[in-house]
Amino acid sequence: MEAFGLLLHGFAVLLTWKTLVLMMVGLVLGIFVGVLPGLGGPNGVAILLPLTFTMDPTSAIVMLSCIYWGALFGGAITSILFNIPGEAWSVATTFDGYPMAQQGRAAEALTAAFTSSFIGSLVAVLLITFLAPMISSFALKFGPPEFFAVYLLTFCSFVGLGREAKHKTVISMSLGLLLAGIGMDTVSGNLRMTFGSAELLRGINFLVAVIGLFGISEILLTMEERLALRGHAASISLRVVLSVWKDLPKYWVTLLRSSFIGCWLGITPGGAIAASFMGYNLAKRFAKNPESFGKGRIEGVFAPETAAHASGTAALLPMLALGIPGSGTAAILLGGLMVWGLNPGPLLFVEHKDFVWGLIASMYLGNVVGLVLVLTTVPIFASILRVPFAAVAPMIVVSCAIGAYAIQNAMFDIWLMLGFGLVGYVFKKIGIPLAPFTLALVLGNRAEDAFRLSMIGAGGDLKVFWSNGLVGSITTLAIVLLFWPVIDVLLARVGLTQRSEPEPPRGESPLDSSA
Amino acid sequence: MRAGLNSPAFVRKMHRIPGNKPNNNQGTKLVRILVKTVGVAAALSLSTPAFAGWEPTKPVEIVVAAGAGGASDQMARMMQAAIQKNNLMKQPIVVSLKGGASGAEALMYMKSSEGDPNKVLIAYSLIYMLPLSAKIPFNWRELTPVSVIALDQFVLWDNSAGPKTVKEFVAAAKAASAPFKMGGTGSKREDHVLTVFLEQKTGAKFSYLPYKSGGEAATQLVGNHTESNVNNPSENLEVWRAGQVRPLCVFDKERISYTSKVTETQSWADVPTCKEEGVDVQYLMLRATFLPGKVTAEQQAFYVELFHKVTQTAEYKDYMEKQALKPIFLTGKDMVQFLEEDDAVNKSLMTEAGFVAK
Repeated sequence: MEAFGLLLHGFAVLLTWKTLVLMMVGLVLGIFVGVLPGLGGPNGVAILLPLTFTMDPTSAIVMLSCIYWGALFGGAITSILFNIPGEAWSVATTFDGYPMAQQGRAAEALTAAFTSSFIGSLVAVLLITFLAPMISSFALKFGPPEFFAVYLLTFCSFVGLGREAKHKTVISMSLGLLLAGIGMDTVSGNLRMTFGSAELLRGINFLVAVIGLFGISEILLTMEERLALRGHAASISLRVVLSVWKDLPKYWVTLLRSSFIGCWLGITPGGAIAASFMGYNLAKRFAKNPESFGKGRIEGVFAPETAAHASGTAALLPMLALGIPGSGTAAILLGGLMVWGLNPGPLLFVEHKDFVWGLIASMYLGNVVGLVLVLTTVPIFASILRVPFAAVAPMIVVSCAIGAYAIQNAMFDIWLMLGFGLVGYVFKKIGIPLAPFTLALVLGNRAEDAFRLSMIGAGGDLKVFWSNGLVGSITTLAIVLLFWPVIDVLLARVGLTQRSEPEPPRGESPLDSSA
Repeated sequence: MRAGLNSPAFVRKMHRIPGNKPNNNQGTKLVRILVKTVGVAAALSLSTPAFAGWEPTKPVEIVVAAGAGGASDQMARMMQAAIQKNNLMKQPIVVSLKGGASGAEALMYMKSSEGDPNKVLIAYSLIYMLPLSAKIPFNWRELTPVSVIALDQFVLWDNSAGPKTVKEFVAAAKAASAPFKMGGTGSKREDHVLTVFLEQKTGAKFSYLPYKSGGEAATQLVGNHTESNVNNPSENLEVWRAGQVRPLCVFDKERISYTSKVTETQSWADVPTCKEEGVDVQYLMLRATFLPGKVTAEQQAFYVELFHKVTQTAEYKDYMEKQALKPIFLTGKDMVQFLEEDDAVNKSLMTEAGFVAK
């Protein structure tokens, strides 16, 4: 119970008026930053970092981490209302959140998103509080083969568990992998597919692609179909909030599963993005009627949001304990720590107890305050829906352009964003899913590097992916998931499974039954 | 949203148009207005001397050619803090990370910002190596040199459970059935070059694993996924203090000068040089600042003065010791001479290692 005493000490450090005010300011700034596509968590924190130089480290980190929580909350808002993910990890939230808004259930979807965000981070903070030392040694077990196995698992779960036609998923993913190869190749140190262009040197930025693929293409489609965004009188009362909360216990399996995936991927830097997709896919896979996903099902909001938040929060643990940032924002916070003279590493927990436990306590408090704050401001955000489309559309396009430009200060990125808008429009028209494309774009490089490093280390022997229990089980699970549709059919034929089977707890059971 | 848009970085981004060269007349007018409006504050602050010459009129951007948390980023944040805390400049400082394409992004960005005196690059050996290995169309002579501010060391590290001395390490590497794995940052760069020369001098074989950052190389060594790395002192500092890795030797002709204890028993000065241990490999890496090409002599002089002042702050001194950097301050002709010599050394190393693209 040493952790508990330390945590109380952390709260004592935290509970001053000054810190609480900073916390509120940070949260509000974070929500705004999260709402703007492209100008998400990492950029927001980077811009505001210099403001904190004059503060003491604890106040500074409390404010910055509250911007981070705010951005995590805010990312859901545009995904649900406009089908434009404000953050990469909100992409999966659009799948069911946007249909819900179209059906006039925006308030419900937003409440669900915020609530599940809160649950996700709460689970992750609990984990951080009590398992910090153990977890940091677990993360050290990850070498190149283990990293590759995790990425492989993410890709395979997409193909095997996705709702779309398998060949379309594979086409989309391959195109994403191809584009991910543009730029400098870390392993050989050579340039690839840049064709002598200085603009292509840095590769295709994932956020620029996402803003175009989802944001711009959606505007194009809406224009074509003359669909109006207006009209929903979103009157959110305490009643809606309470009714969503009342139904919450029904979804405990989804929430727990997503929290688990999120924590796991956050600690092993797979990232919030992979976590949100994986959470969504597994929720769909184990649901009784998977067809209803993508048509406005509340579970489709719960699953990715819980996972994204759990992972976003858990990503701070390897940052503090090992100095490896699990996410872009964690990387900026890492820079901040060093300015304040705190070096992340195993000793931080020993030498700067005030700071570490102040931060952990602020995770609890920041999330509670954040939840209350976003819930009370839901009417303001939902009222955006009442503005006519003709007025909103140009604003969205401009905000997308600013977001795309601000990431790397490059005019080229705006053209790239528009190009991806057209690609997204065509993909949506011919029914090629966009999610595998974006996933491949963000993880493709890392997966490739991890694979090639494993091969260099093992002298080209593929057996390295089964060289120990950890990597072996992840790789095997990945392959089982890839061929899951086939295995599922075979098992059904043998008569081992029935359609009405109760929900199994997680990925383990398909493995057991096939073994 | 509003706060985001009004923040200095954002305003700067919105105002920058490619190829837009600042107008000096307008600039001085702006300064006058600014001086009037912040007159009281400026007059009260003793540490802000009145510059006779040019002064930045827009927020100054420190361009980092590496990712977040790396050695260059840490240096940029130290400068940002030193300049702001000591009021060395009126305009705010923004750090922008341009680590894309192993840092080539930053180089091309500086090259294309010709004539813009509000951007400062924190350079290291990549300015010589990238144009050779990846044929990036870049030449440091096109930029305006400001100052060399530090020299960075390289140290041979192994896991604290591994061999205890260089001799034991080399013997173990030679005896191993599979080659020892050596972690490092990037491919065909300083870490990779050092590995090649280590192989030549010792006769042992290593498989070099290029990671994205020194921090990653450090963690992978702690997790026993590699047998060794050649990280800078700053990159392995914390894991050394935690007793997870061991410094075997430093690649310099003399030991590091800092004698205060870093771990419970050892200081940087206790680490032997590789030469002492019978492996004669030496390499030091510059840390220098550059402005884009075609800026005026006045603008160059302002930054020379600014960084000179930075080197006298407590923040800088503290930083140098913590990161075990070798102090140096070169400007003007001395700097250019240093760069030319350093360039020649790096070129010959790269050629000998076979890393120059044909």
